[in-house]
Amino acid sequence: MRGVIAAGAYIPRGRLDRQEITATFGKGGGSGTRSVASYDEDTTTMGAEAARCVLRDSDSVDPDSLWFATSSPAYLEKTNAAAIHAALRLPRSAGALDLGGAIRSGIGALRTALAGNGTTLVVASDMRDGLVTSSDEAAGGDGASAVLVGDESAGPVIAEYIGSGVVTDEMLERWRIPGARRSRTWEERFGEAAYAPLIDLAFADALADSAVSAADIDHLIFTGMHQRAVSRNRRRLGVDDAKSVDDLSRVIGNTGTAHPTLILASILERAEPGETIMVMMLADGVEAIVLRVTDAITEHQSTHSVETQLTQSAPISYGKFLSWRGMVDIEPPNRPAPNRPSAAAAHRRADWKFGFVGTRDRSSGMIHMPPARVSQKGGAVDDMEEAPMADTAGTIASFTIDKLVYSPSPPVVFAVVDFDGGGRTPIELTDVEPDEVQIGDRVEPTFRRLFTSDEIHNYFWKVRPLRTAASDEDS
Amino acid sequence: MGSHGIKDQVAIIGMGCTKFAEHWDKSLDDLIIDAAQSTYNSAGVEQSDVDAFWFGTSQSAASGLALAGPLKIQGKPVTRVENYCATGSEAMRQAAYAVASGAYDVVMAVGAEKVKDGGYQGLNAFPIPTDGTQRTLTAAAMFSLILPAYSNKYGIDENELRYVIAKIAEKNHHNGARNPLAQFRRETSAEQICEMAAVAGKLSVFDCAGVADGAAGVILCRADQAHRYTDNPLHIKALSVVTGTGAGSLDPDYDYTTLDECRWAADDAYAQAGVTDPRSEIALAEVHDCFTPTELVLMEDLGFADRGTAWSEVLAGAFDLDGRLPVNTDGGLKAFGHPVGASGLRMLYEVWLQLRGEAPDDRRIPATDRTLGLTHNLGGYPGEMVSFVGIYGTEPG
Repeated sequence: MRGVIAAGAYIPRGRLDRQEITATFGKGGGSGTRSVASYDEDTTTMGAEAARCVLRDSDSVDPDSLWFATSSPAYLEKTNAAAIHAALRLPRSAGALDLGGAIRSGIGALRTALAGNGTTLVVASDMRDGLVTSSDEAAGGDGASAVLVGDESAGPVIAEYIGSGVVTDEMLERWRIPGARRSRTWEERFGEAAYAPLIDLAFADALADSAVSAADIDHLIFTGMHQRAVSRNRRRLGVDDAKSVDDLSRVIGNTGTAHPTLILASILERAEPGETIMVMMLADGVEAIVLRVTDAITEHQSTHSVETQLTQSAPISYGKFLSWRGMVDIEPPNRPAPNRPSAAAAHRRADWKFGFVGTRDRSSGMIHMPPARVSQKGGAVDDMEEAPMADTAGTIASFTIDKLVYSPSPPVVFAVVDFDGGGRTPIELTDVEPDEVQIGDRVEPTFRRLFTSDEIHNYFWKVRPLRTAASDEDS
Repeated sequence: MGSHGIKDQVAIIGMGCTKFAEHWDKSLDDLIIDAAQSTYNSAGVEQSDVDAFWFGTSQSAASGLALAGPLKIQGKPVTRVENYCATGSEAMRQAAYAVASGAYDVVMAVGAEKVKDGGYQGLNAFPIPTDGTQRTLTAAAMFSLILPAYSNKYGIDENELRYVIAKIAEKNHHNGARNPLAQFRRETSAEQICEMAAVAGKLSVFDCAGVADGAAGVILCRADQAHRYTDNPLHIKALSVVTGTGAGSLDPDYDYTTLDECRWAADDAYAQAGVTDPRSEIALAEVHDCFTPTELVLMEDLGFADRGTAWSEVLAGAFDLDGRLPVNTDGGLKAFGHPVGASGLRMLYEVWLQLRGEAPDDRRIPATDRTLGLTHNLGGYPGEMVSFVGIYGTEPG
């Protein structure tokens, strides 16, 4: 049996109320909210967070490949998947590939992994926006998803891959040239009409390939960037409306490349053994994947579920959204912008910078963050072992709010954190309201982009209020 | 093995100090020349009488050439020294040890910093290529960590503690208002400071040292030759530097209510000088009040107050100009600003004036039988710093 071993998602904490757009400009916006990546997040960091969730939920399953799909890459030419690979501390022998540019590449990567062999972690991540008041701005969302695909021999399969349908059609329906600030679309009616026959074709192929009928489908995930083509054409399939899955667009918006697998992850949190799931996406043709939920799903636990993340949110003002997206420039503190990191220094310390791995002195047990060769306690030299800290929670020993220092989004909230089981480091806090931080607050590491200098993204870890199993800690 | 110090082997025979200010019309070279000339005049020596030079600057220049060039020092050793905010004191320490070693008879240390040409508010660290994971907080924010920790540990309301540190700023500005060399010469009340907007933790701009340009110099000679130059030299009793390992940033046992390196440097200096009770032996102390919470905990680390009591001692006026142990009688970093390379020597200049009875009447310390003065610097952050403590006296040993 081959299929999905685990699936998860990362939804950033910020939510923009679409009414704010309407109130500000007298047009655009709409009802509901959309998810907003923080100023220190990009598709790479969100992808890393989604992938961390999945690997946490499927312990001891090591992917031999990592595929990363986004329409909004942090870098071109350089492999963004390599940063995620480093944050996950995958072995060097594990491949890491970007499948870039097209929105279709996310679901396409999943289908290719399901139809292929080996154990592949498929990560899709996107940040969607457009010009002020555009429909892309309001309808878009930010988020990432990750699906671990493999054979039963690698780990329990929670959803078996039973078939797919693929249709490719060259069409100028949605496009963006490299470097452009916004996407362009052709007249709506064109796409709606053009997609209709392609949907029929892909759907029929998928049903035939998986030997199921439309009536057998328990969960239909039907997505695409063309809202009208999606909403008007769904009924063509003859699947009961009740089987159509909520696409979360009213809460988080459409997360583009990440969206079909993000919704799949949310469905797998509540699917029952034996149920059939169809995932379809309209993007220059149609991708359709059919999965059957297995008994193993009952044993599967999601430590960082989509359902919880939907509730762990905080409003982001439209002004913040625009400044974080580079649509307006905010006056920075009159301090020098940070220096670019050194490639050589970062390479030497990739375990620390990307993996948040300190060292533990074997003789005294003291944890050193950053890693050290000479022990602070006892002075032993070169007698250290790795101390991975990325999945360790901690407690704020003291904190401060710095309104003077340079930051892409002042002020900086900074804390001295004592990690459970040992290890202290002074580190920046993120996803917090500055006036709500208190000594004793519980926090956990999160992979972020500190700043960008000289076109180099400076990735490192921060801490955020504990989200994983937050309710357990509170009770 | 041991830290023996050089008690009474080296004497201070002359000092000079420029006004600390935003010297838009003076270059680093101008400041160096002004400080050096007043120092030569004070000691009554010519530049050619000096055998070796040490130049302390943190970021304004590199190498001994930066001193040799403007002063046209020919054929003499000139060494540039840098050790964070202890830079000026370190230059003097190196110079003193060179005399004590017997290598030279007369030496000079100059500290200078030209900060205001940088174009930014505050002091900014020299960029060194790194892996990009180092924190980029301001020093104000790092030192603001002391407040919540101290208030937590000793059960003092944070707002009350906020008032206490404002009283420290009030005191130093009171003293600075009486000093023509100080950058800020206006008095400010604790109440006014408490009303100001916070910029880092609970600290307002008035809880931070100012930013100024300045320079100061000192000439030292063998103690047994001091009488050739002056009737009332100061004698170096102790010089101590302790450089932390950064333990506080690693070790969960560190609680941000003490500055270990300062405590260790003070203990070492007291041992070198034979001081057993600093509260009754030290006539005045010039300490590194880079931020007001720093001076608060320093009163405990330097042994001027018991643990957990500095806040009430501050309120009682113990460290005021007319208090039981006057601290920062010249106005401190608060009133002077902090041209890093110069600050340590500026502090020593105040000790020089006060112990020799040359401070003006309106900021002269009360007459006592105490003959010792102390200067202190720190550079870095709580948990990882360089600290300097020097002790000087009017009486030879």
